[in-house]
Amino acid sequence: MLAAVHPEQPSPGLVEALLAAGYRPVPVADAAAVTDQEPETGWAALVVELGDDPTAALALARRVRREGSAPVLVVANRARAAALPPDAGDDFLLSPIDPAELALRLLRLRALASGEPADATLRFKDLELNPATYQARLAGTPLDLTYMEYELLRFFAGHPTRVWSREQLLSRVWGYDYFGGARTVDVHVRRLRAKLGETRASWITTVRSVGYRFG
Amino acid sequence: MAKQEEYVLRTVEERGIRFIRLWFTDVLGFLKSFAITPAELETAFEEGMDFDGSAIEGFSRVQESDMLARPDPTTFQILPWKGSESVARMFCNIVMPDGEPFEGDPRSVLQRNLQRAAGLGFTFYVGPEVEYFYFADTGEEPRVLDRGGYFDLTPLDVAQQYRRDTITALEKMGIPVESAHHEVSPSQHELDLRYSDALSMADNLMTTRLAVKEIALEHGIYATFMPKPIEGVDGNGLHLHLSLFEGDRNAFYDPASQHGLSRVARGFIAGLLHHAAPITAVTNQWVNSYKRLVGGFDAPVYVAWARNNQSALVRVPSAKPGKPASTRVEYRAPDPACNPYLAFSVILAAGLDGIESGAELPPEATGNLFDLTDEERAADHVGRLPGTLAEALDAMEASELMAATLGEHLFEWFLRNKRREWDRYQRHVSRFELREYLPIL
Repeated sequence: MLAAVHPEQPSPGLVEALLAAGYRPVPVADAAAVTDQEPETGWAALVVELGDDPTAALALARRVRREGSAPVLVVANRARAAALPPDAGDDFLLSPIDPAELALRLLRLRALASGEPADATLRFKDLELNPATYQARLAGTPLDLTYMEYELLRFFAGHPTRVWSREQLLSRVWGYDYFGGARTVDVHVRRLRAKLGETRASWITTVRSVGYRFG
Repeated sequence: MAKQEEYVLRTVEERGIRFIRLWFTDVLGFLKSFAITPAELETAFEEGMDFDGSAIEGFSRVQESDMLARPDPTTFQILPWKGSESVARMFCNIVMPDGEPFEGDPRSVLQRNLQRAAGLGFTFYVGPEVEYFYFADTGEEPRVLDRGGYFDLTPLDVAQQYRRDTITALEKMGIPVESAHHEVSPSQHELDLRYSDALSMADNLMTTRLAVKEIALEHGIYATFMPKPIEGVDGNGLHLHLSLFEGDRNAFYDPASQHGLSRVARGFIAGLLHHAAPITAVTNQWVNSYKRLVGGFDAPVYVAWARNNQSALVRVPSAKPGKPASTRVEYRAPDPACNPYLAFSVILAAGLDGIESGAELPPEATGNLFDLTDEERAADHVGRLPGTLAEALDAMEASELMAATLGEHLFEWFLRNKRREWDRYQRHVSRFELREYLPIL
C-alpha cells in the first residue's frame, strides 16, 4: 500500500514506522503531487508531519481532506499539537512516533474511509443506493442486482462524470484478489445497462479506448 | 462472513424473499433445484446443504450418496417470472462431505478447465446464438404457430410478444440480449446473447432455457430446444462465438498476421478441427442431434474452417473495422440441448490443445463444401463430423483429451449412459421403416 508523505524529507522515525506497518512512503511536495502520483488503487493515507514549515503542511492537509482524495493523518510534537486546529486532519499522532500506534491509527482511518457513514443514501437522478441495506431503487422500484453489479453501480454513482479505465475499475471495485481479465468490467457494464433499462442505460457511457463514464 | 454473502443475506431480508432455490446441473444438462428458506441461508453458505446425490443422473454410486450443494453468492438473483415473486436463485457447486469438488458436477468441471486456461494466461469468452421452436402444445406431433421465415415481421410472426417477454425477463436477470429474430423455419426463433466469460455464460444458458420455457408456459404454448423437431426444415443450433483474452487484449487478434488471426487463434482453430469428432459427442449429445447435422439445412457436416462460408464447421466472422476486440471464431456444430458447462469445457480443451501442441492450421475452405465430391474433400483433407451418436461416442472413447477434460468419473458415466440411449434407439422400428418397407417387402 502506498502512503503519501509530506514534507518531502520525512523524519527517519516516520519512514521506519510506515515501512514496519506495511506502507510504502511516497514523498509529495504539494496538492498537485498528491493528485498526479495517486496510484490506481488510491492512497492508503496522506501523512503530514509538522516540521519547519507548518503553515504549508497544514494547508496541504486541509486541502486534501476537503477534496477527500485520501484520509489525512497529522503528526506533530507536543509543542505543535497544542496549537493544532481540530479540522487539520482526520486523525492526529504525537511524535516521537510509536510504530504500533501509527499502524493502528492508519488501519482505523482506512476502515473509516472505505466504510460508508450510516444511512448515507447515494442518489443520482431517480436512482437511490442505500449502502446500509445494499438496496438499489430506480424511481422507487427495487432493482435486482448481484453484489458486483451493486458495487459497480455504487462506485459509478459515487464518482459521477469522471472517466475510469477498466483497470481502475477492476482494482477499485473488484479489488486486488480478482482474477478474470479486464473484459469482466465490460460484461458487468452490459449487465448493469440491461437492468437499468433502455432509457437509463445511457447513464454509463463508453469512452472509446479509455473506459467508462457515469452521468 | 464475506461481503458477497452478507449482500445476499441483507437482500433476502430487505426484499422479503421467502424461498431461495439452489440450482445445479446434472451431467446431461438438466437443471435441478431445491428450495431453502432464509433461515437456512447462513448454514448453506458456511457448510453447504446436504442432499442425496444418488437420485441425480450421473451423480454418484449409492455408497457415496451424501453430497453438499454450496451456493455461489455471486449468482444470487431474484426470479422475474410470474408466480415466482419473492423467490430467488443461486447456482451451486457440488462438493463431497470432505469438501472436495464432486467430479460429476459439470459446473466444477468447467471451473477446473477455466482454471487451466487461466494458468496459461487466458480468459475464455463465449457469445451464443440460441435457437428454439415454439409449438402449440406438448403433443407427439409438433404443431407450429406460424409459417414465417427468417427475419419475418408481423403478421406471420405471432410469437413476437413471447419473444419480447422473454427478453425482458432475461434482461431483468442481467443477461443482455444482443438481438432476437424469427429464424428460418416456421415457428423458429433465435436469441443472440451478449458474450460473457464462459462460466457466467453457461449459467446464463441454463437460465435462458428455463426462461424461454417459463414464458412460453405463461402464454399457454410450448418451447423446445430439441435439435431437430421437424423433418425437412432447419433444426436448432447453438452457434458459439469464442474468444480468448489475455488481460485486456484479445489474444486472437494480431494485425501483423494473415486475416488478423494471431498464432493463438490459428492454434485454437486447428485444435477444434483436430478434436472435432470426439467433442461432438458432448456438444451434440442426443440421438436426435445427428438428424440436424446433415446437408442442406445450414448445419455443418464437414470439418473445415473458413472466413465467410456458412458450410464450414468453424467460421471466422470478419471483425468490425477498428474493433480488434471483436475478433472471434464461431463454432457451429453444438445444439442448444447440450450441457453448456461440458460443451464449453471440451471446446476450450480442444482449442488449448491446438495452441499448446502448435498444431498447424489447414488451409481455408473456399467453396461450398457440400458441392465438392468425396474425392475432392479427401484431397483437401476435409473430414466429416460423426454421422450418428454411436460414431461420436466411438471417437470420444478413443480420445485421451476428452477423458482428461471431463475427468474419469464423468467420462465413463457419460459413455455408459449414451451407449444405452443408442442401444434403445437401435431397437426402435421407425415410421420411416414402416412407410418405406411395409408396402413392398
